[in-house]
Order: sequence, then structure tokens, then C-alpha cells
Amino acid sequence: MEDIDAIALLQDPVRRRLYEFVAGRGREVGRNEAAEAAGVARTLAAFHLDKLVDAGLLEAGSRRLTGRSGPGAGRPAKVYRRSAGERAVSVPARDYRTAAGLLAEAAEAAGLDAEVRDAARRRGRALRGPGGPCGDLGELAEVLSARGYDPVPDEGGEVLRMRNCPFDVVAEAFPPLVCGMNLALLEGLVEGSSQVSVRMDPRPGWCCTVAEISKNNER
Amino acid sequence: MTEHGRARAHHLAQFNVAALNFPLDDPRMADFVAMLEPVNALADAAPGFVWRLTEEGEPDATGMRPAGEDVIINFSVWESSEALWDFVYRSAHLETMRRRREWFRRHVDAHAVLWWVPAGYIPTVEEGLERLALLREEGPSPSAFTFASAYTAGEAAGAGEPAAV
Repeated sequence: MEDIDAIALLQDPVRRRLYEFVAGRGREVGRNEAAEAAGVARTLAAFHLDKLVDAGLLEAGSRRLTGRSGPGAGRPAKVYRRSAGERAVSVPARDYRTAAGLLAEAAEAAGLDAEVRDAARRRGRALRGPGGPCGDLGELAEVLSARGYDPVPDEGGEVLRMRNCPFDVVAEAFPPLVCGMNLALLEGLVEGSSQVSVRMDPRPGWCCTVAEISKNNER
Repeated sequence: MTEHGRARAHHLAQFNVAALNFPLDDPRMADFVAMLEPVNALADAAPGFVWRLTEEGEPDATGMRPAGEDVIINFSVWESSEALWDFVYRSAHLETMRRRREWFRRHVDAHAVLWWVPAGYIPTVEEGLERLALLREEGPSPSAFTFASAYTAGEAAGAGEPAAV
């Protein structure tokens, strides 16, 4: 299926709700749970969820939701999670991904880590807009959401973890360079804030950075 | 995941060299030196970690300089390429890489090499140096590769890689 056809599937409001619910959970989701969240019957949810799997937007697996195993545990339930694959459409056609990969390869070869970080920090400052630095973690979460990071609160709301890496393909190819760039971009974004700060905290399956309430904001 | 509970026949060895910008006791290296112990402890406890090189009587291998007076080496074995990747790039170890230009000279040649070894086999430093030389001379192959040009253990065995048979 072509990217444009896969993305077009999300125009259906029920599918869109199901997709956003599964993507937002960050874990495997069962049919009942998804149906309930989308406000539709289980069979209809199952139909749409499987359509999203066919399109490569979701991945399906099976899991015993009861946690039991062996005889009597019942048939494993079908579960869904967001696919790691990317779908993108640009009209007219653009290919910034190839450009980004090429530039990263050259920067890596030339050892331009510091230069890339300086540029990223400047860009982060510019992205802040006229309103100055982000006030608190909630405000930063909105900015990060808009930039595609999928931030979720953790550690009792003290920390924001990012479920999505907006630079995924280039970051996988050149992790120290691109993760360093990403951190610098976010540093620029929060620079001057007495409330929030960012740091590296890489974990499998997550963005390499976290934002948190500044430790020294009581001064 | 699919290998859960089943021993793998092959493990992944990684060897890399890093040319120091300053001696390890120089204050400009202090942040790197301070990270050695916690990051090594992280490796030792990481899922899929098998072995890492240490100098006899020392907690790490930074005193061993087989590749040059100012070149430190890093040598370890992992159950899988995913386990190594998650430690190198998805743990606090990434911070040492993010700041690599402060501490290490840029290498023109390849500075890190991967290859498969039979599970339970601990490779020698000489082998590490040889594999790196092979990668530098002939480019990536099933006998000496990188994350960007990875081969599976099956491909290595298929290519007649003796250590992987």
C-alpha cells in the first residue's frame, strides 16, 4: 500500500480515534479497550484495527491478557501497537530525509558535532518565539507535542519522557551526532527558563532526552 | 525475544579504539574518567552483556595500550546485536559518545569493529586488533563489520567465518 493510501485510511473518524488511542498508549492494546476508548462496538473496532494493520500503521500480536497460561487460560487475545514504520506524504514530492541523511553523514565524517549542536541550540532559541522560554512543564509538553515528541509525564509529573523521536531514521544511523543535536535543540528551546530543563536519559524505545522541573528553581 | 530461554550459538564481539585528546589524568578528561565506573557497572548489569576486557587487578582496560600510547581500547562480548545497540546508544553510555569530540581525536579510519564468536568463547586483544585491521583494509565483511553494515551470525557462518562455525 502506498503512503498516501495508508494515511487516507485515517480520514475515517473511528479509525482515527482507534489509531490515536493505540499510538498514545505506548504499549499493546486489546480490542475491548480500544473499542471502549473509541466509543464503538468491539466487532467494529476489530474491523478497523485490522484495516490499520493491513495498512502498516499498526502492528498486531497476541497476548494472554489474563496473565495466566497453560490449559484453561483461554485463547490469546489479539493486541495492537503502533508500527515503527513511517508513512509520509508530500505534495509536491519532497525528500528531506535523504538530504538529512546525507548532511548527517558528512557532518559525522568531518567530526562536526560541536558545530551541529551550536546550530541546533540557535534553532531551538528561534523556535521559542516571542513569548520567551517555556514557562512550566505543562507548557513545554504542548510545545513538544506540536513538534511530534509525544511527551508523557513520568515520576509523578516531575519528568516528561518522549515516546517518539522526530529524527528517528537519522538518529538511528548517527546516534551520538543526532541525539546530541536533539538535546541541543531542546536546550535552546528551554534556555533562560528557571522552571524547566532538559537532559539525556536514553532508554530503548524512547527518545534520548527528558525534560524535567529544574532542581534549582527554588532559588 | 524469540530466543528467550534458549541459549544462542553465537555472541557478538565488539572492539574499538579511541585516541585520547589528553592524558587520562588531565583535568580536561575528568568528566570522562568519572563516567568510567558507573558506565562500566551499567554494562555489567545490562541485558545480554557477556564479557568485557579488564586489565588484571584493574576495574577496566584503560591502562592497556596495545594500539598506541595515547589510544585506549574498549572490548566486550554481547548475546546479540540488539543488546549491544541498546547499551551503546540507548543507555547512559550515549552521553560518553555525545561528548566524544571533547575527549577523543577523530579517526580517519574505522575505529570500531564487530564480529561473531561462538558462545562461550572469549576473544583475545590480538584478535580485536586483527579484526579492526581487516575492516580497515577490506571494508565491511561477515568477518569484520559495523552497525551500519551488519551481518548475521548465519551470514558469517555461510561465508566460512571460522570463529563462527
